[in-house]
Amino acid sequence: MNVPDDLLYTETHEWIKREGDNIRVGITDHAQAELTDVVFVEVPKAGREVNAKEAVAVVESVKAASDIYAPVKGTIVEANDAVTQNPALVNTDPFGQGWLFVLKVANSEDLKNFKDAAAYMQQIG
Amino acid sequence: MGDALKTTPLTHEHVTLGAKMVPFAGWLMPVQYTSLVAEHQAVRNALGIFDISHMGQFIVSGERAASWLNEMLTNNVARLEVRQGQYTFLLNERGGIIDDLILYRIGDTEFLLVVNAAKIEEDWRWLKAHVRQASNGTPSEERNLETCATLKNRSAEFGAAAIQGPRALGFFRAWIGGDKEPPSRNFIADFPMAGGTISIARTGYTGEDGFEVFFPAEIAGEVWRSALSVGAQFGMKPCGLGARDTLRLEMCYPLNGSDLSPERNPLEAGLGLFVDLSKSRFAGREALLASKANGARERLIAFKMDGKGPPPRPHYAVLNNGERVGEITSGTLSPSLNIGIGMAYVSAEYARPGTPLEVEIRGQKFPATIEKKPLYKKPA
Repeated sequence: MNVPDDLLYTETHEWIKREGDNIRVGITDHAQAELTDVVFVEVPKAGREVNAKEAVAVVESVKAASDIYAPVKGTIVEANDAVTQNPALVNTDPFGQGWLFVLKVANSEDLKNFKDAAAYMQQIG
Repeated sequence: MGDALKTTPLTHEHVTLGAKMVPFAGWLMPVQYTSLVAEHQAVRNALGIFDISHMGQFIVSGERAASWLNEMLTNNVARLEVRQGQYTFLLNERGGIIDDLILYRIGDTEFLLVVNAAKIEEDWRWLKAHVRQASNGTPSEERNLETCATLKNRSAEFGAAAIQGPRALGFFRAWIGGDKEPPSRNFIADFPMAGGTISIARTGYTGEDGFEVFFPAEIAGEVWRSALSVGAQFGMKPCGLGARDTLRLEMCYPLNGSDLSPERNPLEAGLGLFVDLSKSRFAGREALLASKANGARERLIAFKMDGKGPPPRPHYAVLNNGERVGEITSGTLSPSLNIGIGMAYVSAEYARPGTPLEVEIRGQKFPATIEKKPLYKKPA
């Protein structure tokens, strides 16, 4: 299972990549493997203000719909349209072309509470 | 609740094959081995094998077995030849569905009932109670019935597998023998295998040709491995409950607990074909006659989404011109049609094929159209 060292991770299997004041968010390799066959992705609109742990995107496999949460409070600045056109990108390239949205973080202190790769690796056993 | 999940005689095989195991109706079952879509396509284009050992198996035997079952079940038992099976319902007195099952006449006076996993205990209690009720006559009658219709629950001692797909017949000849006659559609026959006897029925839940195989638990692993080994040349894949669900939904075969329930009767579900109202007596008959006379208030319809969008799911609201007319009971993205499909109970006046609907998904409305069943038809 791929768990890149340069990312942060949530309990709910989102990955977080710091990009200045923003974070890029997607779901982990482990999460996509659990879901398998992603057939539909809904991403938030740019400009939307979101709270931490608010459901902002939806990733659906044939079997079920899964909510994806904003890791921290902030504003959506960009969403990945390619992944809504081609949901399989979440399966084939979860840390790359399968990213979901970019969030401008309201308070950078909020980013302190996430897991590093080692801690996330432990979570997924 | 809180009880340990039950395992089947094939659980070890699934774990060895790397299946993703999930709880289903109190059982630990494989939901998929590699990919739900790949397993679905294997069944549509080649061959798949499913563990269905979680389903219950009852034996009813005795001189009065046929007449007693005819009063318990909706379809007409008298129409069954020896070795023939039929789809039928066990109803409560309100005509509501306790279970849908397959009844095989495995001998002149011997029957096999294959029932849903989640309903084994409830069906068993219901049948037991009715055998007792029926025997509440004079002592001599009671003895008569006890010796003439006996009920046996062999669910724990038997396993079962479904082998489904267009290559099923070729597989049968390679597996059982080119000189052996396969059972005809809906028939069942016994064959020697792995030092024991297995029963092979030409039935299934996928819309493809195929077999359902019943075997003693002791030889389950051997039967499974032998089928997979012979099946390799036919492109056989082990398939999980995920693909089983999408395959059956494309065919509009109902799933008890989702599309069927004690609050729904077979006429509302569009399954009147499996109810013989001309029989003089069976549990739920009066309620069904009344329902037929009054006309069903709601009907189980099949629909297809008009365009791309999120897949429809159970419990989403169904609307007509913005007004709520029903609720989805089963929904998914169809791997064969690559569009959202489902079934829903809707008010009878909106239930005709061609009627436009909307499905409400996370506050948004997506257009759909009622279709004739089944939703999937094999390409000619």
